[in-house]
Amino acid sequence: MVKLLDVQNLVTGYQGKNGQIKAVDGISFHINRGETVSIVGESGSGKSVTAMSIMRLVEFDNGEILEGDIEFNKKKITAISNREMEKIRGSKISMIFQEPLTALNPVFTIGKQIIESIHFHQKIAKKDAYKRAEELIKLVGISEPKTRLKQYPHELSGGMRQRVMIAIALASEPELLIADEPTTALDVTIEAQILDLLRKLREEKKMSIMLITHDIGVAAEMSNRIIIMYAGKIVEIASTEDIFKQPYHPYTNGLLESVPSMNGERGIPLRSIEGSIPSLHAVPKGCRFSPRCPYSTEKCRTEEPPLEQKDNRQVACWHVEKLLISKDSLEYTKGGETIEK
Amino acid sequence: MKNRNESNNNTNYIPIIKVENLVKSFPIKGGGYFSKKKNVLKAVDNVSFEIYKGETLGLVGESGCGKSTLGRNILRLQEPTDGKVLFYNQNILEYKKKDLRKVRKQMQIVYQDPFGSLNPRFTIGQSIGEMYEIHGIAFGKEKERKVKELLETVGIDSNRYDNYPHEFSGGQRQRIGIARALALNPEFIVADEPVSALDVSVQSQIINLLMQLKKDLGLTMLFIAHGLNVVRHISDRVGVMYLGNLVEISGTDNIFDKPMHPYTAALLSTVPDIDTTIKKDRIVLKGEVPSPASPPSGCKFRTRCPLATERCKKDVPSLIEVESNHFVACHFPLVDGMTIKQALANKNKNKEF
Repeated sequence: MVKLLDVQNLVTGYQGKNGQIKAVDGISFHINRGETVSIVGESGSGKSVTAMSIMRLVEFDNGEILEGDIEFNKKKITAISNREMEKIRGSKISMIFQEPLTALNPVFTIGKQIIESIHFHQKIAKKDAYKRAEELIKLVGISEPKTRLKQYPHELSGGMRQRVMIAIALASEPELLIADEPTTALDVTIEAQILDLLRKLREEKKMSIMLITHDIGVAAEMSNRIIIMYAGKIVEIASTEDIFKQPYHPYTNGLLESVPSMNGERGIPLRSIEGSIPSLHAVPKGCRFSPRCPYSTEKCRTEEPPLEQKDNRQVACWHVEKLLISKDSLEYTKGGETIEK
Repeated sequence: MKNRNESNNNTNYIPIIKVENLVKSFPIKGGGYFSKKKNVLKAVDNVSFEIYKGETLGLVGESGCGKSTLGRNILRLQEPTDGKVLFYNQNILEYKKKDLRKVRKQMQIVYQDPFGSLNPRFTIGQSIGEMYEIHGIAFGKEKERKVKELLETVGIDSNRYDNYPHEFSGGQRQRIGIARALALNPEFIVADEPVSALDVSVQSQIINLLMQLKKDLGLTMLFIAHGLNVVRHISDRVGVMYLGNLVEISGTDNIFDKPMHPYTAALLSTVPDIDTTIKKDRIVLKGEVPSPASPPSGCKFRTRCPLATERCKKDVPSLIEVESNHFVACHFPLVDGMTIKQALANKNKNKEF
């Protein structure tokens, strides 16, 4: 397998009112060619910041890549100038966002915006660019391309806008598509349409997808591998199959168990993770999940566990064995009182 | 597997809320900008159903289907245009303000975004305590004692009585929102997307809290949400809405195991689930929800329905009890656990003859 994207020890910081915070704090992972990898995490886990770092967009948003390397196609994109980066951004690596209405320019027609992005990366005649725009619009499943190209973003529905965003992202035939919560703002039936479209395009274009989502169900349906993030750190990386069969990190485990399944027993108390996500201004010492973890020990509270290879996956936890052994007899706590399984 | 609550309900069957032919329409401008012609948009269109004492009725649907509007109209937070809302057989739409206030004590609402519903300049003690003062129930020390007790019930440290909303996390704020709704010991609660804004790990805490409270206090709940897995977990019965109409309502197991309306079936087939071992026939609906300002004629779902025929263009299907306690508004319901694929095959076969 060929590594398309290789992230090594990435640290991204933001300058806030109360000093600097590290939204992403030393993460390493890679994405192979033709592979779909999901990054799953709750708010503040740093999953979007990871994407913005790869796109080198953090620097326009008060942020900074403080440490680490990002290699794309064996090229260090952390070391190149912004001008050089422009040749990669939006061309080799494209991105779609959660809210397409804010990502699209309201005063230009859809056609103009698609053609603009075609022209930005390719020197072709206006007529050809228009034809290409029509093709792209058809490719993403929008009917009547001629009429649609003349419309403005506000004239389209949420699902249509997301399709247009995908068309723009595909204009340059990217090798990596970063999709940041592409279906979060959409209704279930429209979400299904967009996910279907992404699946189809992945097959046709043989591109890699980095899917950022908080919905573990979406990750399960779309990806080859899943990366779980918590408070700026990667806690587990495994194949989709492995992670759902047996999570190794207590956080992954808690996350999976707190989602009601579509075929589980109804009405029983859900297992939940005690407490709430820490603020990045006050990250817990040692393992960041330790204050909420049912297995934490003194060691967890003082020493940070590294992301290490274990069996067929990578996990950052001192007590993987504990989870694996005691999974069935575990007691979970809820709002102070203990519920036995 | 039968839910224990469901069996309880079957023996009781006391409707606490009865909604009859409820309509809520909003005036919209018709014709050109300067035109005086007025059109109406029916956000809730002739909806009837009952909510039984002690049950949780889940209400699902996509955005714009009118589920939140329906919830608000039942509480008269918005005035319905037409129809009846009976609370213990009393039509509360006929109540004057004074009588309404009395009945409001028994009906409360929990919103999606508690940050928007809590006054940022009030401490949470003031916000919750206000409920007791307005209704003349408790003041001063007595009020404080009651509020603190309530905070403990919903899992908030009572020492945080004097804190402001911004000092709490999203999950804690939702607990406070719930405490506020519970302050007057209501019998009936409308929970409007109470967990949609929360992170997954916190979401389950709130779901557990709601289930616990329902059990302890004997609450009746209308649980409005778009997360189907959450609704399935918490509800005894489920209603499905599409473009202002209630298209199907039945026990949770019925709805999820053998949906009869093609819309429900399609909706369920595409929910991304963590259980990847189960192979489903995914039915991806074409097109989008039409604008409620100009809904299709006949059955409103027909433009996206794979099973639609000529008849669906003309006749509006009414909500009929096709099987016992299973109501569907469709001319061609999926009976006996038929899937959409099978129904499609049947339809095509009939065409050939």
